[in-house]
Amino acid sequence: MGQAEIDDHSGTETTGHEWDGIKELNNPLPRWWLWTFYISIVWAIGYWIVMPAWPLISGYTTGVIGYSSRATVVERIEEARAAQSKFVQGIAAASLEEIRKDPELLDFALAGGRSAFSVNCSQCHGRGAAGSPGYANLNDDAWLWGGSLDAISRTIQYGIRSGHDETRFGDMPAFVTDETLTRAQAGDVTDYVLSLSGTAGDAGAVARGAEVFAENCVDCHQPGGTGNPELGAPNIADSIWLYGGERATVLESVAKGRAGNMPAWTGRLAPATIKQLAVYVHSLGGGQ
Amino acid sequence: MTDRAIGDTAGATYALGAALSFGAIVSLFLMARAVDPAMAFHGFLFFAFAVGGVFLLIRRHFNATANPERFAKEAAGYNDGIVRAGVIVSTFWGVVGFLVGLVIALQLAFPVLNFDLPWTNFGRLRPLHTSAVIFAFGGNILITTSFYVVQRTCRARLAGDLASWFVFWGYNLFIVIAATGYVLGVTQSREYAEPEWYADLWLTLVWVVYLLVFLATLYKRREPHVYVANWFYLAFIVTVAMLHIVNNLAVPVSWTGVKSYSLFSGVQDALTQWWYGHNAVGFFLTAGFLGIMYYFVPKRAERPVYSYRLSIVHFWTLIFLYIWVGPHHLYYTALPDWAQTLGMTFSVMLWMPSWGGMINGLMTLSGAWDKLRTDPVMRMLVVSVAFYGMSTFEGPVMAIKAVNSLSHYTDWTIGHVHSGVLGWVGFVSFGALYCLTPILWKRERLYSLNLVGVHFWVATIGILLYITAMWVSGILQGLMWRAYDSLGFLEYSFVETVEAMHPFYVIRALGGGLYVLGALIMAYNLWRTIRGDVRAETSEHERAPAALAQEGARA
Repeated sequence: MGQAEIDDHSGTETTGHEWDGIKELNNPLPRWWLWTFYISIVWAIGYWIVMPAWPLISGYTTGVIGYSSRATVVERIEEARAAQSKFVQGIAAASLEEIRKDPELLDFALAGGRSAFSVNCSQCHGRGAAGSPGYANLNDDAWLWGGSLDAISRTIQYGIRSGHDETRFGDMPAFVTDETLTRAQAGDVTDYVLSLSGTAGDAGAVARGAEVFAENCVDCHQPGGTGNPELGAPNIADSIWLYGGERATVLESVAKGRAGNMPAWTGRLAPATIKQLAVYVHSLGGGQ
Repeated sequence: MTDRAIGDTAGATYALGAALSFGAIVSLFLMARAVDPAMAFHGFLFFAFAVGGVFLLIRRHFNATANPERFAKEAAGYNDGIVRAGVIVSTFWGVVGFLVGLVIALQLAFPVLNFDLPWTNFGRLRPLHTSAVIFAFGGNILITTSFYVVQRTCRARLAGDLASWFVFWGYNLFIVIAATGYVLGVTQSREYAEPEWYADLWLTLVWVVYLLVFLATLYKRREPHVYVANWFYLAFIVTVAMLHIVNNLAVPVSWTGVKSYSLFSGVQDALTQWWYGHNAVGFFLTAGFLGIMYYFVPKRAERPVYSYRLSIVHFWTLIFLYIWVGPHHLYYTALPDWAQTLGMTFSVMLWMPSWGGMINGLMTLSGAWDKLRTDPVMRMLVVSVAFYGMSTFEGPVMAIKAVNSLSHYTDWTIGHVHSGVLGWVGFVSFGALYCLTPILWKRERLYSLNLVGVHFWVATIGILLYITAMWVSGILQGLMWRAYDSLGFLEYSFVETVEAMHPFYVIRALGGGLYVLGALIMAYNLWRTIRGDVRAETSEHERAPAALAQEGARA
């Protein structure tokens, strides 16, 4: 052990310890450091007095202002509910058409619908409701199941192939897989379908396809392919495609069928929220 | 004397040999009876370790008996062989850990890089990254430097030759088991404690031996006092043992299967986990690395430690306060309010005790500030202390409940952690590696000091890109999550907030890439130093006066 000595540079005494050439200066604790530390301790003690802080044998010190995060969150939620209650009650009482005609309720329904859409629907239909292959674009005026307020509301409530008793259920058969049509016939009818929206194909194939269409497809898709929203059969003559309009994709639809899904939201979302969603989706551009 | 040295070792050799042989039998049993393929594989790793260990023991014994003179001479000085091995292994794991970090940063920016494979998806690679940098890189650095520092500051050879090698290899076996387990999907889903029960048991054994080696070396010291760096190392070893054991208490489903269930459930489980989690930061990444700082900063600066009293006071306050702050990870959850209060107030009180280390580190430079200009290694060490100060200020701020309500679950937390680990833990480790390599391989100096300067700047710019990107994205995220419109509806959907993060994730990956590049430069520099190469170069500070003189002449 060495002797305490005076450090040349700082003029401070060392402690006299030395390890592998490392010495220590005998500097006091920096004043600002010590005082800041004391202040933080005093502040902590003050905080313990005010807020719930120390566990006891049963229970804990509750603090003088009686703060409870659970009570606070309940209060905040009630405040938020109260602020919206006038509109929510109005929406619950009004029909969809009445909501659309009342500017105040409409404003609220559009804001609430947009918010509910972002949280619950945008995963499939996209943030701007533009859809993606297999998920309908809700901005245009082509509707699988109808674009009236009531039709939209019903689709949202019960979904498509959702398992709900009231679900909508479109049934596009797998014509080739089920051996109703041969591969060649499916190809012909594909050319015919494409010709409905102006894509020129081999004239022979289109003519043969027209016959296949008349025998197999016309019941649902209607003459000229204009579709039937009662059955969820899309208009296939308007150049708007759910799964894509390339020949291979259309052929795949014919050959293997299609069976899209949408969940039923009744029971998951409040009836007033579903109404807001219906009004919102209806407002996106294609409402009928 | 010579005979006695061999005799001592022979006893230990037989004991360890017997233990390893027993271990080999147990692992064969694990392999044979494994109820899942991961356990069979890990049984094989244990088996290979045991057999390799026995082989090394036999070789060592024959070397010792063949050349007892040399063996005795080696056994008399400091045990530097293990420190040399540690330097190489730490550097290796550092590069691996940083690279995996870069990969997952890129995955966040470009999800296609998950490749739709279970082994390469973010969920498995993320713990691989955190464990590789904290435990593989950080842990090996801590073991390595603690073995070096405790010998030098106690003037005593490391206790128990074989025991210390067991710690070294055993710890690295744990790393390999943990890492391969993650990729195979073996995890108990506890952050920073993902390895399953059998890996935890193995680590417990290794860690207890580590504690004994360290304590025994302190016990046989030839200095009257224990140096402050050793207090921090000891606090790190003891506390990590306690944290590890308590947090990993679990019941395995089968003794020959990987899966286990924790002893805790619900909010107790969450609090135990974060008591562990935050103290992994406090005792692994702070206390342990303060040990490194307390040796290498005064040593490199060739100046006395600024204040002995400050080191005592900040050591004990840090140790006492840190252990309470875990609840600040669980604000606004089911955790009772009183526990949240304690977490917050202790976090704020921890500010000054943390800064005590920064003050002692920085003020030690007084009288040697010019070294910042002349010695890039010193610059690295000092900047690490500065980052330490910054993140230990940011921590208490984020632990204030009002701030946390914005920052929690956002990238701000990731930025905070990385300013601590890239700036503080990384730089102080790099500084220690640059100090140790020439000493351990008896080289005159590093291969290139200028390359250290390059490493310093590349890595510093990388860190700045990383943390500024995360600040912006974290605060943006927090604000978007809590934005309501005038009618009381949420303004943004979650996916919109994810979309808004993209540019910052790209910047973060760029920063991470620079950090990896810096580490590769270091690895190259250390490798050339070990080979004995010395680059002919004029250093930055030698060039500067010459350039000034030239300019003066032109004027």
